[in-house]
Amino acid sequence: MHRKPQRQPVRILVTVLVVLGVAALSLLLGSQKGLQPQHYIQLTIDGVRAGSIYALMALGFVVVYSVTGIINFAQGEFVMLGAMICLTVNDLDLPLPPAWKMIAAILAGVLLTTIIGATMERLTIRPARRSPPVTLIIITIGVTITLRAAALLVWGADPHVLPAFTTLALEDKIFRFGGVIVQAQSLWIWATLIVTLILLYFFLERTLLGKALRACAVNRRAAQLVGINPDRMSLLSFALAAALGAIGGIVLGPVTRPIYDMGVMLGLRGFVAAIIGGLVSVPGVVVGGLLLGVVENIAAGVTDPAYKSVVSFVILIAILLFRPQGIIGGGEKPAEEA
Amino acid sequence: MKRLRAHPNFAGVVILAVVLAVFGAIDLIRPFGLRFSDLSGRVVTIDTMIRIGILTIVVVGLNLLMGYAGQVSLGQAGFYALGAYASGVLTTLASRHGMLSGIADTWWWPWLAIIIGMLLTGLFAYLVGKPILRLKGNYLAMATLGLGMILYILAGQLSALTGGYDGLTGIPRLRIGDFALWPAQRYYFLVWGAAIAVIVVGLNIVHSRIGRALRAIHTNETAAETSGVDTEHYKVLALVISAMLASLAGSLYAHFQSAVSPSPFGFKASVELVTMAAVGGLSSIWGAPLGVAVMFVISNLLQSQLETIFHIRGGEYELIIYGLVLVLIMIFMPKGVISSLSAGRRNAGRDPEEAA
Repeated sequence: MHRKPQRQPVRILVTVLVVLGVAALSLLLGSQKGLQPQHYIQLTIDGVRAGSIYALMALGFVVVYSVTGIINFAQGEFVMLGAMICLTVNDLDLPLPPAWKMIAAILAGVLLTTIIGATMERLTIRPARRSPPVTLIIITIGVTITLRAAALLVWGADPHVLPAFTTLALEDKIFRFGGVIVQAQSLWIWATLIVTLILLYFFLERTLLGKALRACAVNRRAAQLVGINPDRMSLLSFALAAALGAIGGIVLGPVTRPIYDMGVMLGLRGFVAAIIGGLVSVPGVVVGGLLLGVVENIAAGVTDPAYKSVVSFVILIAILLFRPQGIIGGGEKPAEEA
Repeated sequence: MKRLRAHPNFAGVVILAVVLAVFGAIDLIRPFGLRFSDLSGRVVTIDTMIRIGILTIVVVGLNLLMGYAGQVSLGQAGFYALGAYASGVLTTLASRHGMLSGIADTWWWPWLAIIIGMLLTGLFAYLVGKPILRLKGNYLAMATLGLGMILYILAGQLSALTGGYDGLTGIPRLRIGDFALWPAQRYYFLVWGAAIAVIVVGLNIVHSRIGRALRAIHTNETAAETSGVDTEHYKVLALVISAMLASLAGSLYAHFQSAVSPSPFGFKASVELVTMAAVGGLSSIWGAPLGVAVMFVISNLLQSQLETIFHIRGGEYELIIYGLVLVLIMIFMPKGVISSLSAGRRNAGRDPEEAA
């Protein structure tokens, strides 16, 4: 990219103006609805909670995309499967105390979803590895459709319930700070995001397998030349993405009511978060996810909740058009050469 | 040479038209009390045939865009919705609010509305196409997906115009003068007449300068541009054509259902359209009716079989198989059913690029 140097300040100026304009508009709309400062804090906190889930999903997109070059539509279904398997195991009549049962259910949810992710790679991605991106997208869409319909068959069309982690019951513990409410589950979600990021960091930076995965993301061919098997890395990336998705779905479970088609919108939002972060950078997509969650929630708060998803799609298209390399990823090189 | 090459397509169009006319005539005349659905063991009814015809029109456009120009669209249902809502809004709201009195009641107003819808949708596609078609591959897919979703959500939210999630009802049936194109047996002829016309137009585009330019872009965009093809112009043109066809189909759908609501135009619809195009064969106009018909028959059969075997009704259970079929076809027949069928003919010394 050969950008003329003098355009950089203009670009920054325009961005700042747009951001200020949007912020002013939100405040105006908010004041018309009579929103107080604590409402904005509440909206931000809830937005960060949703954003943490988007971040976990976006990580799944990044892992698969950077290793294989595939946008994996089924990422949202991993979230759904994680939550559904977890609540199903938790409902089983196991001779365990409730806390241990919950832990077993969480492990089962993550493990089984990981296996499903790996199976998906083996059965559908591997045989079509050399196909153009369009074909691979359609394949992951096909898998998505199948998984969702299978979930409908197994779990039915009604929403389910996953108990909160703290109370192991439907009612969650609530902390109040002035007029602001924080659910205990929100703390679990944030803690999970942080722990997952730390584990992911250690895996990618400190273990041989993680380094091999990164090498494959940097240059598949070169990695192959030094003895890394790219097929295994592709398998690993899908398994990892499935695990990340399942973790997101399980911690999210208690604050929503898991339903068989929850993956669609979550998957699309996770993708938007990934795009904000430039699709290849881990810190970028985490910030991207949090940002999306907050912006979306405040925008919905000052207008109408029904427009929540319109906001994310507008952001998606705007970023794809004006900054395909992402906002936060910051690199000069677009994730996908335009 | 050119005349010879046009022959198989000409014959194909004639055969298709005759077969479809016979199908339609059976239901119109009912010899010995037979109906069309009896012939197909009640899997395909005249109703299904109309739906196949309507979607064929959309998929021909999608084939031009995806198969020939190589530009992915996961938001085609959005254009389809624009057409349906243009017809719905112009034919119901106008008379309800007493606007356009004297015009909104005439027989030709719905037809004019169809054309207005196509022009508006084409204009919209032109405006969004300019920036969006600079994107490629995955990014284009996601941008069109976002676009389709925005249109879908707006259809549900702008309730003053669209009737919200309940939609618009009471869309009049089409008629010519005093001759109503209804019941379905008559509407069938209109839909398939339009579908065959669209197939003919599609075949002509493919074999014209535009078609050659689109194929050049698909093969190698940089090379096409270096050889003097105005790639941006042709890509936008393909999008506009496909959007206008989708709009036409949407209008026909609105007059068929006599109602529109957002639900048939969501992400699932876009995916189904792409599936139908891919199953038939992306780089093939003839793949369009084939792909639509195959997927319709598969899902109808699955629905009825699942009902009799597992005693489950409604739902979307047949999508399990639907998704599997999609995956299998993409893995084993990425060029679609039609190119696998015509593989033998190609081996007999035919230039594969010419088989449209």
